Amino acid sequence: MLEIKDLHAKVEDQPILRGLNLKVGAGEVHSIMGPNGSGKSTLAQVLAGRDTYEVTGGKVDFNGSNLLDLDPEERAGEGLFMAFQYPVEIPGVSNTYFLRAALNAVRTYRGEEEVDAADFLDLVSEKTELLNIGKDLLRRPVNEGFSGGEKKRNEIFQMAMLEPKLAILDETDSGLDIDALKVVSEGVNALRSPERSIIIVTHYQRLLDYIVPDRVHVLSKGRIVKSGPPELALELEEKGYSWLDAENSASPTTAE
Amino acid sequence: MELPQGQDLYSAHFKSIQGALSQEPSWLRSLRSAGMECFSSHGFPSLADEAWRFTSLRELAQTPFELAGNLNSELGANDLSGLQFASLNCRRLVFLNGSYQPELSDILEVPGLTVSNLKSAVVHSSEAVKTNLGRYADQQENPFVSLNTALSQDGFFINLDSGTRLEEPIHIVHLTSDSSTPICTHVRNLVMVGDGCEVDLVECYLGVGQNITFTNPVTEICVGNNSQVNHYRIQNESPNAFHVGVNDVQQGRDSHYRGLVIDLGGKLVRNNLRCVLSGEGGLAGIDGLYLLRDHQHVDNYTTLEHAVPHCDSRELFKGILDDRASGVFRGRIIVHKDAQKTDSKQTSSNLLLTDRARVNTKPQLEIYADDVKCTHGATIGQLDANALFYLRSRGIPLQAAKGILIFAFASELFGRVKVQSLGQQLSRYLAAWLPSGQLTEGIYQQ
Repeated sequence: MLEIKDLHAKVEDQPILRGLNLKVGAGEVHSIMGPNGSGKSTLAQVLAGRDTYEVTGGKVDFNGSNLLDLDPEERAGEGLFMAFQYPVEIPGVSNTYFLRAALNAVRTYRGEEEVDAADFLDLVSEKTELLNIGKDLLRRPVNEGFSGGEKKRNEIFQMAMLEPKLAILDETDSGLDIDALKVVSEGVNALRSPERSIIIVTHYQRLLDYIVPDRVHVLSKGRIVKSGPPELALELEEKGYSWLDAENSASPTTAE
Repeated sequence: MELPQGQDLYSAHFKSIQGALSQEPSWLRSLRSAGMECFSSHGFPSLADEAWRFTSLRELAQTPFELAGNLNSELGANDLSGLQFASLNCRRLVFLNGSYQPELSDILEVPGLTVSNLKSAVVHSSEAVKTNLGRYADQQENPFVSLNTALSQDGFFINLDSGTRLEEPIHIVHLTSDSSTPICTHVRNLVMVGDGCEVDLVECYLGVGQNITFTNPVTEICVGNNSQVNHYRIQNESPNAFHVGVNDVQQGRDSHYRGLVIDLGGKLVRNNLRCVLSGEGGLAGIDGLYLLRDHQHVDNYTTLEHAVPHCDSRELFKGILDDRASGVFRGRIIVHKDAQKTDSKQTSSNLLLTDRARVNTKPQLEIYADDVKCTHGATIGQLDANALFYLRSRGIPLQAAKGILIFAFASELFGRVKVQSLGQQLSRYLAAWLPSGQLTEGIYQQ
């Protein structure tokens, strides 16, 4: 599904990713953890195609295509989705219009027919039921005046509508209370499937109580320094990230 | 320094219409003579004039316009049917090159309402016209008002007796025809709203073809106590048009006037927009939107004058500028010494789509009272990079994503349009205007 090889990226001459390697197979759920400044969000943004980050080296293969050569909208068309840490408010554009424009853009990219208004509404009903969320958010302008929890629910709802092959959740849990966290996690779990891979970028272990990953990776100074089973997250929670700095060897590892 | 010019041409125009004016009452003839005298002594303003710093009239002053009223033009209902903003699902008054077209007009007949052309109002409502014409728009201050006073041939006249509430909007279409020579039109309009009235007014200046035209309308509106006026002024003239418009509003106690000024066409456009709050409890609102491309230039010069205490004023101007277009916004707020508890808010917000588009925006607060709240803010910027990335990350191509954000920027003002079919036409116009051209119908049906 996704193979990242020796990825280097910088922002304003400040190197952030320094030789990152990661492989995610189809249907797998991987969690990337790490302290502030380790490059977690940078990785998510670079994969989604944010141009404020400059990729200075490495390769990213996504189902056979070279991801780094694609525009953000092409990556979405190929089936990549990033749930934003800070979803953007867009006053004046209704959520419904936005979602339909996005869905049709992705369908057009994939050579599929656009959905008409009736089919779109059917799909909305199906997904809101699946995720157990209300339709009230749809009538409002995109993210405008949404609470933190509503914004994150809206991200998961977009993910459900666009049916990506690979979803990257960028600190989706940050700032959520326990109820909102449960709603979001249940949504993500409902979207797990053998064809869909998920990368959960998070600072806290808490989310992983609800979404159990197949693998946990620890990111430090722009590299993955440790990989392991879900229990690794608990160990991190207990010992803190400084524990890793002590045992961290500088040699890059390939995480799988 | 730029020298004002053009007096000779317009003096000649004035002489050419003397025969036609001889039928007019003497008070009107002396008003016109005073106007001509005033224009002759001042001429067009130059860049050295503070109020005109950002708008050069050199080209306007040097163009040999012909007075449109002297032309023979014909217009059929078919010419209007395909024209944007010419039909709004309501009755309308149509003027062609400044002349009233009764056969294309359909006048709303409601007790307490008079709608006609100004020329016949001079005959039939002589006293009201005599008392109010030229009372609000200042000849001394603005040479375009004096030029209009001297040369205007017709325009609309609306009178609402106290207590008249209209459910249907009044739609006025001023159309300038296509012709091979440059033509100028001086339209003069007068609106008298009694006490406790409600009216929606849609005033459209439209053009066809590519002709070089000069439209110089002056509209005076007197709003009575406790009345509500929504006024939409749409300008969509030829891409080679000069448009210098004046809108002067005088407001009584507890009156609400909300103006929305939209500039789409024209090459050089200047709007002088003024509201004078002369009764307590009034609200004056002037909003504006300009969509400019190529070398279009639009200058909105607004004045909100608080003459008495306890009035509110609101201004929101938005500009979207592509190519090498340029925009000017000047917002004068004058708060007189006794106008305590004034609450005034002004916002000017501009979106530049290229690095060659330019905007000058300037608030000008003249406050002589000490217990007032006046805020103003201006932004000039590009599309929000975060929002663009957000849309693209969901699969929406770059050009379409830009279109969505531009539409969203303008839609705040469209949301204020209470005349439904006008709001729809504006949305459709914007969707077609967008550089992307890829928007689906849905954006304005959302």
